[in-house]
Amino acid sequence: MIATIWDWLSDAANWSGSGGIIAQAQEHLRLSVIALLAAALIAIPIGLYVGHTGRGRVVLVNAVSAFRAIPSLGVLFIAALLLLPRLRGDLAFELPSLIVLAILGIPPILSGVYAGIEQVDPAARDAARGMGMTGWQQLWRVEVPCALPLIFSGVRSSMMQIIATATIAAVVGLGGLGRFLIDGQANRAYDEMAGGAVLVALLALAVDIVLGLLQRAVVSPGLATHGRSH
Amino acid sequence: MRVLGTDLSEVASFAVQHAYLAGVPLLLGLLISLPLGWVALRRRWLYPPVIVGTGLLYTIPSLALFVLLPGILGTQILDPLNVIVAMTLYTIALLTRTVADGLGSVPDHVRQAATAMGYGPLHRFFAVELPMAVPVISAGLRVAAVSNVSMVSVAALIGVSQLGLLFTDGFSRSAMGPIVIGVLACVLLALLFDLLILAVTRALTPWRRAVRA
Repeated sequence: MIATIWDWLSDAANWSGSGGIIAQAQEHLRLSVIALLAAALIAIPIGLYVGHTGRGRVVLVNAVSAFRAIPSLGVLFIAALLLLPRLRGDLAFELPSLIVLAILGIPPILSGVYAGIEQVDPAARDAARGMGMTGWQQLWRVEVPCALPLIFSGVRSSMMQIIATATIAAVVGLGGLGRFLIDGQANRAYDEMAGGAVLVALLALAVDIVLGLLQRAVVSPGLATHGRSH
Repeated sequence: MRVLGTDLSEVASFAVQHAYLAGVPLLLGLLISLPLGWVALRRRWLYPPVIVGTGLLYTIPSLALFVLLPGILGTQILDPLNVIVAMTLYTIALLTRTVADGLGSVPDHVRQAATAMGYGPLHRFFAVELPMAVPVISAGLRVAAVSNVSMVSVAALIGVSQLGLLFTDGFSRSAMGPIVIGVLACVLLALLFDLLILAVTRALTPWRRAVRA
């Protein structure tokens, strides 16, 4: 099995061209990053607000866990059936999938940001207030830096979910590495299917490692071991 | 009976298969992550490799795992065993860290008191540390249960029979009915799993009710 996958992966013909591995990997990454940015734009402000003020806490916690229960494959198909006939061109395929991917990416970021802000040591918060910081300064200079490890872990799990679901989105006509899995299955070509699966796993791993390095560079060293058990 | 163009008895049999494919891995994953989490906590040098290693499992997209496992296990692509193994791996990925954190959250003075009362390491683990870690482990188990239910539906893309088949079937016929019914059934199943775990947690932690009362 490893030999068949390797043969497929090492065949130069599979790498080049518009439907090749490089083009599909770029497409997979492009769609995932757009969806992640959209999810972060929505989730981060809400998470900061709820974490900082404590308002809407119950609603947020329940909404996040309810969201997790919704199967992404079903939502993707519903969005595709609703939007495909109403849109034109490339957008018709991309928009429904991007909306679903962004929606799926919101809950992990939201709970990471909220939990991160909420678990900031009350003593640090009091100290900031005692130094005469305004609410904004308190949020940006104390709470957010302290919350970064959890914020990052939320962003990372959001990105993993988006990359995984972007694979599924090939079923509704989207490009990306999922194409090899779906087309391979349609053509009964196990080497293509398995090769695509290896590539998706590698892409997910590589992106997670990059985000991990980014986290290490951004988070204050004093917090690096935070969240570890005793 | 038919609702939204979907045969409800078919939905029921899909739901039973779905519950099996999501539930069995939950138990297997818990059984495997308990010793893993314990070892990661007890032997400090093992913590990073065990926690990072199991965490990495979660980065593999489910569809990729469903496709790769037949080649690794020597099973047929439609074999439900692939789904069971894949979901067990995801459960381990989610739970190992939680188990280590849960066991780590048991206060040192409690552990010392148990030792002073003559509890050996194994007895102490089962009688004191594990019960005290139940709330944390149960929180992780709830997340794993809900995400298992959602992920199992992806196996419909390779044709394994469960609620996800309602999605692929509905999409191929451009019929919204079966997809909506399937989503609702999935959410309902996740809710049932959640309630079940909550009930068991409540039964296992009587002291929490005593404190509140």
